[in-house]
Amino acid sequence: MKNCEYQQIDPRALTSPTATPTSTLPLANKNVQRQRRKWEVFPGRNRFFCDGRIIVARQSGVLPLTLGLILITSGLFFIFDCPFLVANLTVFIPVIAGVLFVFVVFSLLHTSFTDPGILPRALPEEAADIEKQIDNSGSSSYRPPPRTKEILINDQVVKLKYCFTCKMFRPPRTSHCSLCDNCVERFDHHCPWVGNCVGKRNYRFFYTFIVSLSFLTSFIFGCVITHLTLRAQGGNGILSAVQQSPASIVELVVCFFSIWSILGLSGFHTYLVASNLTTNEDIKGSWSSKRGAEDYKNPYSYNNIFTNCCVVLCGPMPPSLIDRRGFLPADEIPPVITTEQELPPFMAKNDTNMEDTCQDFALSCTG
Amino acid sequence: MAETHSLQDLRQQAAIASKVFVQRDYTSGTICKFQTKFPSELETRIDKQQFEETIQTLNNLYAEAEKLGGKSYLEGCLACLTAYTIFLCMETHYEKVLKKIAKYIQEQNEKVYAPLGLLLTDPIERGLRVVEISIYEDRSIGSR
Repeated sequence: MKNCEYQQIDPRALTSPTATPTSTLPLANKNVQRQRRKWEVFPGRNRFFCDGRIIVARQSGVLPLTLGLILITSGLFFIFDCPFLVANLTVFIPVIAGVLFVFVVFSLLHTSFTDPGILPRALPEEAADIEKQIDNSGSSSYRPPPRTKEILINDQVVKLKYCFTCKMFRPPRTSHCSLCDNCVERFDHHCPWVGNCVGKRNYRFFYTFIVSLSFLTSFIFGCVITHLTLRAQGGNGILSAVQQSPASIVELVVCFFSIWSILGLSGFHTYLVASNLTTNEDIKGSWSSKRGAEDYKNPYSYNNIFTNCCVVLCGPMPPSLIDRRGFLPADEIPPVITTEQELPPFMAKNDTNMEDTCQDFALSCTG
Repeated sequence: MAETHSLQDLRQQAAIASKVFVQRDYTSGTICKFQTKFPSELETRIDKQQFEETIQTLNNLYAEAEKLGGKSYLEGCLACLTAYTIFLCMETHYEKVLKKIAKYIQEQNEKVYAPLGLLLTDPIERGLRVVEISIYEDRSIGSR
């Protein structure tokens, strides 16, 4: 599995952080005099651009492919189909397509480049405090107590799990993404098409993206069909129409295959928005009433479709909790627990609790 | 006022004896709310009521930031209609309230906590997970 080991850094020891793989600027760690920004020592698997303003996952996935398909298909549409349609139908066709195109590209870029709601890892003192509380409340038997905490939310029992990587109890609806190695609030899923996690802060951008993309692909599909039909009627049949406008076939193929998946995805996410669920919860069946005899109800839902939609899509925009562009204090080593060491799980570590080590490895492999 | 610590003195001269962490209270859901339970380590340092008042004010401020109402929906809809470009130029309501919270914490530190040898850390610097209270060593003055 991926790198999931950690080494506790003693803030009083003089271990300077190794060159972070997250930094993409070549001179980021060479000049010790320059004040460094916090993104340069960020422990998760992310990449930063524009001096910390833009954040993406380490693996960009197929984001270039997504962007390429959208740009090429729309480009071909504007160049080859629009002139004919404007001349024969209405000038609003490229206008509508243009507006949809702008929405698609902007929301895609927003989804990919926004912090999805990453929770910063617990600092050593905080982690020690939590460990103390767990040890106090747990049993004194040989087996370490399970690291979960049960709380009551709106009369529904919710289990909070302890994250071994981030050293804290995960807030409700938070999940640890193993690809990005971060805990993300209201974690929905990690989307390879946008190259980023989808979570609390960028879910609305993601939803806008898939909905506007559904409209765009359907619109282009319809317009191209209309274009070829009009040409075929006016000229010598469908074959000559295709010969006159070969780009249209490319667009048809792309749109035809995209429509099924995108429309399906939009429908699914509309259902999730209306019931205030995340993909993660839906897949796991966390609030499914079919589990056992107990009545599991989603405690976060407002039991009103309209309210749920408003809350999820138009609610207040939460701030980014990772201070990417803040400066590190000049003399201090960043007191975070990093997971950058690529150690095999059973090599010598500073952690004296062997059971913790094994449990860490087992749990972090399951994300 | 003359014999007690000032905020400046605290940060420069005193050493931190220990830290207390006030955790989040999730009983009302995922909204930002901190537990008002009085930590035992602070019993000798500060009034229970004073502490609870501070935490309650913080909770109210966070509730104001996350309030669902006409204004926040309007902001959300406007953002959606402009393809989210207004987030690049406008400060959101949440960010405005966060500034208010930072000012409140600064003021509380100066007026109430620093003279008692305590220091509140703004929760935003800890990812809105905890309110960290640093307890400084009580060296120069006699205990309360």
